[in-house]
Amino acid sequence: MKKLTQAFIAVLIVSVLLLIAINRLNASAGYSGNNTLTVFNWGDYIDEELIDQFEEETGITIIYETFDSNEAMMTKIKQGGTTYDVAVPSEYTIEKMREEDLLVELDHSKLPNLNNIDERFMDLSFDPGNKYSVPYFWGTVGVVYNKEMLPDMEFTSWDDLWDPRLKNEILLVDGAREVLGMGLNSLGYSLNDTNKDHLHEALEKLQGLTPNIKAIVGDENKLLMANEEAAVALVWSGDASEIMWENENLDYSVPEEGSNLWFDNMVIPKTARNIDGAHQFINFMLDAEVAAQNAEYVSYSTPNKAALEYMPEEMVTDERFYPSPELTDKLEVYENLGKENLAYYNDIFLEFKMYRK
Amino acid sequence: MNNHKLTRNLYMVPYAVWILLFVIAPILLVIYYSFIDIQGNFSFANYEKFFTPVYLKMTLSSFWYAFLITLFSLLVAYPTAYLLTKTKHKQLWLLLIIVPSWINLLLKAYAFIGIFGTYGVANSFLEVIGIGTQQLLFTDFSFIFVSVYIFIPFMILPIFNAIDTINPVLLDAARDLGASKWDTFRRVVFPLTMNGVKSGIQIVFIPALSLFMLTRLIAGNRVITLGTAIEQHFLVTQDWGMGATIAVFLIIAMFLIMFLTSGFRKRGA
Repeated sequence: MKKLTQAFIAVLIVSVLLLIAINRLNASAGYSGNNTLTVFNWGDYIDEELIDQFEEETGITIIYETFDSNEAMMTKIKQGGTTYDVAVPSEYTIEKMREEDLLVELDHSKLPNLNNIDERFMDLSFDPGNKYSVPYFWGTVGVVYNKEMLPDMEFTSWDDLWDPRLKNEILLVDGAREVLGMGLNSLGYSLNDTNKDHLHEALEKLQGLTPNIKAIVGDENKLLMANEEAAVALVWSGDASEIMWENENLDYSVPEEGSNLWFDNMVIPKTARNIDGAHQFINFMLDAEVAAQNAEYVSYSTPNKAALEYMPEEMVTDERFYPSPELTDKLEVYENLGKENLAYYNDIFLEFKMYRK
Repeated sequence: MNNHKLTRNLYMVPYAVWILLFVIAPILLVIYYSFIDIQGNFSFANYEKFFTPVYLKMTLSSFWYAFLITLFSLLVAYPTAYLLTKTKHKQLWLLLIIVPSWINLLLKAYAFIGIFGTYGVANSFLEVIGIGTQQLLFTDFSFIFVSVYIFIPFMILPIFNAIDTINPVLLDAARDLGASKWDTFRRVVFPLTMNGVKSGIQIVFIPALSLFMLTRLIAGNRVITLGTAIEQHFLVTQDWGMGATIAVFLIIAMFLIMFLTSGFRKRGA
């Protein structure tokens, strides 16, 4: 018993010593006090040179952390263990975070560069007046296809996917909103439609697509398309531009019936300690030259109008990734449909996946 | 004496706390959540939903695939374990079989995407022997193959231990009494290793029932198991109630299988 007590005390002393040591180390590395900023972003979603540049200009040390899904990010912010100062959620997550009171209102007077953002991308339904968020990158949902494997096919309409020549060639993304949205759009309905009859109509139409579907996968679709395992895939435009760099036979198109328009946005979550620094960082990222450099590196579409001047001509005029206003007018942002409707979407999607043989 | 008892009870505390926190509390939480519908009210809606064709079919197909995976694992693992006990350096061979299970499952799954792909090693081989390129990825075959590959070490270990601990005297006795090799195996070796087989079935069948990563990576969602649905309900829909309800049925299935397999053991002993 005595030995146990001794051992226990020894462990306690060691723990306290370690705690002190960690504190000292953090302090010497600048990980405390007012001069640090914790940024929480998607993986590989910033040009890291810009972080150095920001640190040099402001003297603020950035702690950079990454996440791979909106849900994971939101859970971490809810738990509140880390003091995230800036995060980059997608639009539907911003609505959820707003509802759960997880966001800090932005002070527009500290964001003079906000003027650089294209009018089209301001004041959107998920955040009227940009009270909480500033767009970081945007894009569409569309079809990436292999020109060499499908020499005489075009994807101007969603219905082109139902072509019998595409038997066992299509990869879908494992997301209820994306797949059902495609079904709804192809029928001429809105992808935010919650009418149950319309959803069932979309389900029936999608079930007709079954023979053409090779697999319903996640991020692996990038790898599979680049390796020419399949000829067509439903993807986000950002992923499309990424794999088009890897395999030049690939091309991307947004069907004309309409599709989804998505945004990733910078916000200041409730966990923030350095709110001033967070504004400085957001304003820095909105700078025209900085945004241009970032967009060139990440290769997603930037909402920063002023940045377009600093970017290579062929990138900015590429209609596939910077579609004309006529097309963007037809695109819709996912609205937060509420838990019940989302559950209904998922039930239908599950049914679609279940009866797929 | 009293002091001794106190110390013993003291030693029990960590185990009791562990079981309470990580076994009993989670199960109670799962059961609690299964009665909460999506609006956050107490109801039986989730259970009603479970008994609709979509979920019943999913349950059936989960059981079917778990059964196939367990069966093939056993068919491969038993002879392997048997032969292993006959080798010279059996511990070394055993180690070699176990080592792959230290590699991350996700990595192995990605490796199989490469191997089974249209331009992968498996198809190059089929091309060489004249069968020609087949679609291997995203089929039932590849799903069961990869699952079996992943579970085999867990099946081999208990069976190996059971065979290895058989007293050789019993085998000599059987031979002396005129039993053929086959008779010895059927009447002596196999009954004595039943416990190992049962442990192996328990270790493989229950996780196989709720496999979810492979259903997407290898089967391209052509196989939908209860695990897939749980993942979707917790991560995407955030309908924790429905996810918990499915989990309740998995827990029931787990107890049933434990009960069935250990029930036989008593009769055998």
